Amino acid sequence: MTRLHVQLAAVAALACVALAPLVLSPFSVTLMNYIGIYSLVAIGLALLTGVGGIVSFGQAAFVGIAAYATAWVSALNGQSPWLGLLFGVALTCGVAAILGVVTLRLQGHFLSLSTVAWGLAIGFLFGNVEGLGRFNGISSIPPISVGSFALVSSAQIYYLIWSIVALVLLLGYNLLDSRLGRAMRALRGGNTLVESLGINAFRIKLVTFVIAAFLASLSGWLYAHMSRFISPGPFDASMGIEYLMMTMVGGAGSLLGGVVGAAIVTLLKNSVQDYLPLIAKGASGQLEIVAFSALFILFLQWARQGIVPSIARYLPKTGRERPQPAPPLPRRPQPGPGELLLKVDGAERRFGGLVAVNNVSFEVRSGEIVAVIGPNGAGKSTMFNCLTGALRVNKGEIVFAGRMITRDPQSRIAKAGVARTFQHVKLRPRMSLLENVMLGTYSRTRSGLFAGAFRLNQREEASARHEALMQLERVGLGDKPFELAGNLPLGNQRILEIARALAADPALLVLDEPAAGLRRQEKLRLAELLRSLRADHLTILIVEHDMEFVMSLVDRIVVLDFGSKLCEGVPSAIRSDERVQEAYLGGVA
Amino acid sequence: MTSDIAAILAIDGIATGAVYALVAIGTVLIFTVTRVIFIPFGDIAAFTALTLAALDAKRFPGTGALVVVLACLATLIEIISLVRNGDARLLPRALLFYLVLPLVVVGIAWFTMRMDPPLAVRLVLALMLITPIAPLLDRIVFRPIADGTVLLLLTVSVALHFALVGLGLLFFGPEGVRTEPLTSFSTEFAGVLISGQTMLIVLAALVFSGLLYLFFDFTLVGKSLRATAVNRTGSRLMGIRPARAGTIAYLLGSLMAGVSGILIAPVNTVFYDSGFLIGLKAFVGAIVGGMTSYPGAAIGAVGVGILESFASFQSSALKDVIVFSLLIPILIWRSLASLHSEEEIEE
Repeated sequence: MTRLHVQLAAVAALACVALAPLVLSPFSVTLMNYIGIYSLVAIGLALLTGVGGIVSFGQAAFVGIAAYATAWVSALNGQSPWLGLLFGVALTCGVAAILGVVTLRLQGHFLSLSTVAWGLAIGFLFGNVEGLGRFNGISSIPPISVGSFALVSSAQIYYLIWSIVALVLLLGYNLLDSRLGRAMRALRGGNTLVESLGINAFRIKLVTFVIAAFLASLSGWLYAHMSRFISPGPFDASMGIEYLMMTMVGGAGSLLGGVVGAAIVTLLKNSVQDYLPLIAKGASGQLEIVAFSALFILFLQWARQGIVPSIARYLPKTGRERPQPAPPLPRRPQPGPGELLLKVDGAERRFGGLVAVNNVSFEVRSGEIVAVIGPNGAGKSTMFNCLTGALRVNKGEIVFAGRMITRDPQSRIAKAGVARTFQHVKLRPRMSLLENVMLGTYSRTRSGLFAGAFRLNQREEASARHEALMQLERVGLGDKPFELAGNLPLGNQRILEIARALAADPALLVLDEPAAGLRRQEKLRLAELLRSLRADHLTILIVEHDMEFVMSLVDRIVVLDFGSKLCEGVPSAIRSDERVQEAYLGGVA
Repeated sequence: MTSDIAAILAIDGIATGAVYALVAIGTVLIFTVTRVIFIPFGDIAAFTALTLAALDAKRFPGTGALVVVLACLATLIEIISLVRNGDARLLPRALLFYLVLPLVVVGIAWFTMRMDPPLAVRLVLALMLITPIAPLLDRIVFRPIADGTVLLLLTVSVALHFALVGLGLLFFGPEGVRTEPLTSFSTEFAGVLISGQTMLIVLAALVFSGLLYLFFDFTLVGKSLRATAVNRTGSRLMGIRPARAGTIAYLLGSLMAGVSGILIAPVNTVFYDSGFLIGLKAFVGAIVGGMTSYPGAAIGAVGVGILESFASFQSSALKDVIVFSLLIPILIWRSLASLHSEEEIEE
């Protein structure tokens, strides 16, 4: 399947959508309008939940804010619906930004619960505010007019709705394939991963959250002017859950899944309404919700992935071209050989009464490979986390390239030129090797939201893509750049992490137990790679407990034991040091 | 607001809060043992109230039919899963637990009904009818996805709530009920009138949380539940079956929810869909306790009750807005207070 095929399919789909009102009955067109309107919310949720991993039960509240805002402007104050659009979008995004700033630092299910909370609170508000018609709602909302042409009938507003949906899909897919989109797709890998790439995770979450709210506000605006009447019902908590259903049915993480999910859920609800009375005579309307919920539960039990990803698996892969040479990305000024690069001075980290790292000092000079070793529980990992900003030291200071980084957050340390790998590999398994490595270039590139959505970033993208390919080739993984990272064996995943770190053009590469879990051949390959990197004057700090791996590789070793520095020296001296032997082997009594 | 009004509001709030506390404790119980945030507990409480009202009116409650339907479904699913795994010899046992036992319960209720039983017996009948529902739902809905993420379970739980609301209308009808007070006793304390019902509610909350405490600390089953809560795999290695622990947790939880439903029925008019707000507010209380602490959940729930009572005095229309808006600062506080290990979301 080539790019041309995808484009042909898109054009065919567009043609079908464009011709639909000519063939369908007015009722079906109205149904299509609802699908389009719900799609917008579901696309936003796919971005927020599927891509960003933030499950929101409250999107209906955003739809409601925009709908009430535009109703207030147009029906109650007699202004143009377009002014209502402006006001609705601004108000919704403003509310979302405030809610996001307050709640997006919450973890896991706390965050989702907070969406339940504000979703309910805002939903209750609509029915209780004087001046918004309380539970009677607001009626006689004017239709949208383009020039002097009013979009009154359902076939007229149809084209507005579906052009917006098509545009949103196009911009959305562009965005996902850009620098910011890759950062969004990395969010599910956890904060530590995202921050280690020099990405401010909170900012990316906030942007994603506001984009989802923006799409919901478009939907609310269209809804208000299509149905010409609003009441609190369609914006309450149950609708929020229905939007989530649409997203999950279509396949969270796929924007197209949002449209498919909205279509399936809407049509299903409609047919349940049509056919249920035939099956169960005299059954009240409430059976609908039972049947509907039951279907949803069954769906979640049998196909957690959603429809679009399940089908996409059987489609042939789109062939992609190998990245072409492009102007290189800017490089950071590298320190001269032998210059002092990292200085840890009297670092101490406590966990309650336990002193995990106790008054540890050491230095790393440019061009060296230094290892921090020690038996289990020596404080290696804690030291590592303090260096990369995942933890803060209680006492002492850490200076990197002449700059104090003791109190810096992870992303700032990463931006300053410290790139890291993880003991338990943190890759994005559903992204290609190339995209994983491109994540590393985040701090070397600039383009933002609009450049990404409108494809104004192509020069920079080409450079980043080429840089990523070069790093893949440098570590020996250049033959299959479009393979998914999750398909690699562990040894190659480690090496891929190194390629990603190299793409950040680091001054210091910090490796957390790189040999852990590797087979002998893999270890040898890794050691060879690290030696070749040293030959390129890269400074490397390794935290490791595998003595054999370290001894043959590094220039200097720092030994930790029970949180304190035991000794420091060249490998041969460490090997013959009695204190080290005692720490590792329990003494030669 | 005078101090008199404040006192009345406070007592009212404590009574409401005690009801929420019972549900909140059940929520925490289920969450710790199964990781399911069981939103439908509020529905269980409301259904109990509706069941009792039907019994009072000498009608056989819809709960009976609901239990029969669920039991048949659960048995079917259990049989299929047993046969698939080649465990056909466990079939008689499955039939006993998932089919015979619930049917016997419904049968007993049916026969006792004919004899026009006194109030105490009707209370027991209502509780008996309500307790099988949650364990059966667990078998039908949650067991197949027991290994899912907390978020998947939460989503399913919310969907289940909507299904139950629909079933509630089907089996109980749209009328609201208010049962007769369990006691007409009342007393005056420091110039404020306290009804016997209020005292009963608080007393019941105290007694049941006390019993739960004893159960967890002094019985082997209780300890096995706690072990499952702390470490599923570890307790499995010790011979504890997580599925069974889950069933016990659901049974206990529904009992607490049932009691709260009985207690609230004479105070508030209960409709088939009243459960959602009861469940959510109890849940807010449970979150205050970090979803792990029973006393924390109880204190949180009472706090919610008092807050709601004062909020409804200020503005009865906006009381729910106030309660749920205040959840956000609580969540932030809890999130900061609890040490989180980083959780990756699997794909």
